[in-house]
Amino acid sequence: MSEPTHHAHKIVSPRVYLAIWASLLFFTALTVAVSYLELGVFNAIAAIGIAVIKSTLVVLFFMHVRYSSKLTKLTVFSGIFLFLVLITMTLTDYISRAWGMW
Amino acid sequence: MSTIVSLPDQSTATLPKRTYINNEYGLKSWLLTGDHKRIAILYLISITFFFFIGGAMAGLIRLELLTPQTDLVAADTYNKLFTMHGIIMIFLFLVPSVPATIGNFLIPIMVGAKDLAFPKINLLSWYLYIVGGGLVLAALICGGVDTGWTFTTPLSTHYLNTHVITAGMAIFVAGFSSIFTGLNFIVTIHRMRAPGMTWFRLPLFVWSHYAASILMVLGTPVLAITLVLVILERTIGIGVFDPTKGGDPLLFQHLFWFYSHPAVYIMILPGMGVISEVISTFSRKRVFGYTAVAFSSVAIAVFGFFVWAHHMFIMGVSNYSALVFSLLTMLVAVPSAIKIFNWAATLYKGSITFETPMLYAFGFMGLFTIGGLTGVFLGSLGMDIHLTETYFVVAHFHFVMVGGMLMAFLAGVHFWWPKMTGRMYPEGLSKLAAGTTFIGFILTFFPQFIVGYLGMPRRYAAYPPEFQVLNVLSTAGASVLGIGYLLPILYLTWSLKYGKIAGNNPWQATGLEWQIQSPPLTENFVETPVVDYEAYDYEWLANKTKHEVQTVG
Amino acid sequence: MDSQAIATLPEHDQPAHEHPEYVRHHFANAEQQRETANFGMWLFLLTEIMFFSGMFAAYLIYRNWYYPAFVAGSHYMIIWAGTLNTAVLICSSFTMAMGVYSAEMRNRKALLRWLTLTLLLGFVFLGIKAYEWHAEWVEQHVPGLNFSIEDFTHINPQYPDDRPLSPDMAEKTQVYFSLYFAMTGMHALHMCIGCGILIILLFQAWGGAYTNGHMNTIENFGLYWHFVDIVWIFLFPLLYLISRHQ
Repeated sequence: MSEPTHHAHKIVSPRVYLAIWASLLFFTALTVAVSYLELGVFNAIAAIGIAVIKSTLVVLFFMHVRYSSKLTKLTVFSGIFLFLVLITMTLTDYISRAWGMW
Repeated sequence: MSTIVSLPDQSTATLPKRTYINNEYGLKSWLLTGDHKRIAILYLISITFFFFIGGAMAGLIRLELLTPQTDLVAADTYNKLFTMHGIIMIFLFLVPSVPATIGNFLIPIMVGAKDLAFPKINLLSWYLYIVGGGLVLAALICGGVDTGWTFTTPLSTHYLNTHVITAGMAIFVAGFSSIFTGLNFIVTIHRMRAPGMTWFRLPLFVWSHYAASILMVLGTPVLAITLVLVILERTIGIGVFDPTKGGDPLLFQHLFWFYSHPAVYIMILPGMGVISEVISTFSRKRVFGYTAVAFSSVAIAVFGFFVWAHHMFIMGVSNYSALVFSLLTMLVAVPSAIKIFNWAATLYKGSITFETPMLYAFGFMGLFTIGGLTGVFLGSLGMDIHLTETYFVVAHFHFVMVGGMLMAFLAGVHFWWPKMTGRMYPEGLSKLAAGTTFIGFILTFFPQFIVGYLGMPRRYAAYPPEFQVLNVLSTAGASVLGIGYLLPILYLTWSLKYGKIAGNNPWQATGLEWQIQSPPLTENFVETPVVDYEAYDYEWLANKTKHEVQTVG
Repeated sequence: MDSQAIATLPEHDQPAHEHPEYVRHHFANAEQQRETANFGMWLFLLTEIMFFSGMFAAYLIYRNWYYPAFVAGSHYMIIWAGTLNTAVLICSSFTMAMGVYSAEMRNRKALLRWLTLTLLLGFVFLGIKAYEWHAEWVEQHVPGLNFSIEDFTHINPQYPDDRPLSPDMAEKTQVYFSLYFAMTGMHALHMCIGCGILIILLFQAWGGAYTNGHMNTIENFGLYWHFVDIVWIFLFPLLYLISRHQ
């Protein structure tokens, strides 16, 4: 029972928003540039990795999760967790239907 | 130990002057209400309506199966009958049954709040339910659907020309009604608890609704997108599940059961909450292992998301995957058993009385145990190959859902009827109805275990003559069951006007809802309650009653 | 009340003058109402995550099954349009965040300016998306309605090094385009709903709402708008950038 019920409502300064906006645009350019390089399997990893970084920035700063209660953080986390459950548990079937074919 | 609490004298009880019922008058005051109690009543009326439509179809199915030939209805009509029976009963009755009616009425009161967190969204959820229900009726009147309630692709997308799109849209809309109910409950339980109402002072009813709400919020959207894709495939012809374009029909099954397996826990968990309340009240004892029962609800909700492929063992999923899912399925039996054992331990050395809700609760415990254990049969790979798609599955599902959930629903309706209406139901008739339901139920569904084990497949209008005896038993049981369900409608309606006046706390139960007047005020509490006692503390109640100055009128 | 009993109604014994008129009757105070609304919105976004996750799972599986078809399909995406759209959405997220900030600062003019900008950027996004869809319609890449595998059994002039697909694999490009239209369509639907709500909010803000200290609605709408942005942040690399170098 450590649920903070009265945490201070923090106002994020526009300077932070500006910095996040600039880095989001930078990462967009980066992901397009990287996709033109031949990196083998790392193309997909780089694309997903950059997308994850970008969305984390949006969630933490634009959506204020960094300054929010534990409950909000838990909510975000449970969404990601269940998304991964759906994907991995479905993949147990698809990967093992024909070993090595995939 | 149980605490002896003497029941109050009901002959001196009077109806309060102001209640949520007579606060405002007119149809508009009901249809535009934000009061969770009024919305609960709206839901109660509408789900009862759909229950009897779905029940009528079940009756026709049983009549058709009286004889081995297809003589009452044609085979494709039969397909439509069991499909509409499934869709109506699952999406329009079982999923909203306890949460949207009893849960809606009681959760704000139990946590000590004036209303749910979002009253308008609560009302919106009822309207969505009505729109969904209307679409189902439209599909029914236009000629019905015959895919089975599971919408199996490519049958539903390519091979049938019945009203799949209308039914799909109906379930999509009704799904959002259930999402909004669940969302409202979670927010209310987190944010609206009264001072002193800690998590472990919450009644178990609230815990089980919390777990069910998590499933509603997280699972239902996956069903929604799956149905959207099916509808798009039927109308436009996109190729996500269509094998001729490279899609995989099994992916539909994965996505569909990702919701529809947790959905059976959405249906049963609120019922388990009702049973916890009823068993504790009529044994006058704190629920044995309160924390274990509370966490077992959450455990069922969590495990529920890891077991869905046990519906697909014979559909061509990989053997290794089937093994994993079979093992995980066994896990769900653990928290369910924890609940059953803890209820039994609650009864031990309790001062048990046999009021009607308690009779239904006993029915639940027995029938749910049988239903749950046969579920373990179906979850184990070898047995499942033999039993799946037979009447064994039908019997298992109905033991859990009708024997379990419907019994719990009726237990809850009887238990809280005095709180909802301020009047008692007739004791003798209601006990008769409980007995009739139990006998009718066993007679209907127990033979189906046998006939399924012997190999009678589900979803066929005709069957080999050697199965006739068991089917006749089942049909006879269904007519008894029908009477068992009609009786409460009659006497509960009668009791609205002629029932004995109940008083605030006719059962001497401990929940917050029993400490206020019945029927409650629109804002539930005169002043925000401060909770300073544990859940199910009959000691506290006995002391309180002793020291209370008797105020009448 | 014993020590471990913690109230979830913050400061329930506050004096009555702390109860501004925008607080609904069943909340104890504005703070509780704000937190409740915020949590409710996050739960709704949770359902949205699960709503899109079904399509992402389908994408992952089919991309592994039909990788060549997915590559060939993605080579017909208009890369500049996708990149521009990503930038547009990121800008609109920024303007939305600034809108929430101005509401917090109780600056009506700034709020109106940022919300209008957000709305305009939303329309720009939808316009570019419509342009792309139109191009795909012309190229006969809409499965079910207007589809031909012609393009994929021949060499793509923009990617002369690509080998043409076998007719069997070329059929599978329909899965790619089905998912493309389902995912971008659902996303665009969310954008349309967002723009609709934004117009209403603009009218209300014009009348002076949301700059009087009560700004739950603007805040929650901001969360929704950012979420739609995040979905696009994933859709863009998955649909446009599968394998640009080949």
